[in-house]
Amino acid sequence: MRIGVLALQGAFAEHVVRLRALGHDAVEIRSARDLAGAEGLVLPGGESTAQARLLSDTLAAALDALWRDGAPILATCAGAILAARRGWLDADLARNAYGPQLHSAEAIAGDGTPLVLIRAPRFTRLGAEVEVLARLGDDPVLVRQRRLVAATFHPELTDDPRVHALAFG
Amino acid sequence: MEKSTWTTKVGLARMLRGGVIMDVVDPEQARIAEEAGAAAVMALERVPARIRAEGGVARASDPAMIREIQRAVSIPVMAKCRIGHTIEAQVLEALEVDFVDESEVLTPADHAHHVDKTAFRVPFVCGATDLGEALRRVAEGAAMIRTKGEAGTGDVSEAVRHLRAMRAQIRRLRALEPAQLSAEAKALGAPLELVRAVAADGCLPVPEFAAGGIATPADAALCMSLGAEAVFVGSGIFLSSDPARRARAIVGAVTHWQDAAKLAELSSGLGEPMRGTESARLAATERLAARGA
Repeated sequence: MRIGVLALQGAFAEHVVRLRALGHDAVEIRSARDLAGAEGLVLPGGESTAQARLLSDTLAAALDALWRDGAPILATCAGAILAARRGWLDADLARNAYGPQLHSAEAIAGDGTPLVLIRAPRFTRLGAEVEVLARLGDDPVLVRQRRLVAATFHPELTDDPRVHALAFG
Repeated sequence: MEKSTWTTKVGLARMLRGGVIMDVVDPEQARIAEEAGAAAVMALERVPARIRAEGGVARASDPAMIREIQRAVSIPVMAKCRIGHTIEAQVLEALEVDFVDESEVLTPADHAHHVDKTAFRVPFVCGATDLGEALRRVAEGAAMIRTKGEAGTGDVSEAVRHLRAMRAQIRRLRALEPAQLSAEAKALGAPLELVRAVAADGCLPVPEFAAGGIATPADAALCMSLGAEAVFVGSGIFLSSDPARRARAIVGAVTHWQDAAKLAELSSGLGEPMRGTESARLAATERLAARGA
């Protein structure tokens, strides 16, 4: 599958490596024309305010169109915030909800998924259509709404390919 | 749950890639930087160009000022400690800054040793002029390397020199046979295990950013084209005539560094850049990059 990885700012390179290891054709997306032929999309982590400033209206409209077409999407950390802001994910998130960098952590979710949480957001509301796939304690950390999978952690920084496989399987 | 692991330290550095880290001296500048799309801010009392102009001993900033900046923005806040000043670093960790820059821009506190960064929970970034220096800092626990460049000059040439040195030395390692790496590690003054890792991966074990003398969107794009993964801009933004506009343009240039037409658009009508100083004209005693090799 040809998967576009939004490459405005953040940890997009690891997603590209992971997707290629899973046999996908991964391309970096910086403008609407880079999206030609993309059938799936990754919104990577990074700084959500920086990413929002760099997202042009033209590119945002092209991404919206891909989502409307039902393309599979994986949104991680800042990417999950972007997905909620664009209305693709019926959820609210608190940014940087665990505190500053000293509270960034590695953990294991209830279902065994390895988690790397970096200045991570936290879901504060999930819509009725949103299914929780994994939790850390009471906090949902991996959710799905139709073809969109959203994580508050960084599956691209672990050795575990299952989240990418789940999103684009 | 395990906090402050190597993965989380390097992980934050990875999240900042493709971004711009801006020097700010007060909450108002910090807000301008965040609004412009900075990936992080560096809180300090005097930008490098002012430290150069005013002289004196440059030390870590007033914790009260760092706290004000932390309150003003939601993006990561970094702060500088003097080279080898373990206590300044501990104070910054106690303030819960997101990254500590053990920086040659401040007056070194120890001319023989750097801070043992492995003893800290907060991640560190350190400057380097070449591969050997970079790997010595990583061995001490740095989770991010930046070029030293020549801070406060507005002259990008030293950052370019350091990026080119790093690339050339990494290429050389790639071409060597395994049996040659031990002698090469000795020549570089770097631990053999790290030299082996660079030879295998073709890159530093931690993200490599550019810093020192970046004043224009084109400077930032040049650094990206030479292998930098993000840029620090110190004096270049808030000593220019229109900081908010220049900050936005440099943020755009780091993302779109491969698109010259976009760079032309971003570089248009930004007003006066910082005046600067040609780094080749600096006396040896004025060169910050030579501190703490």
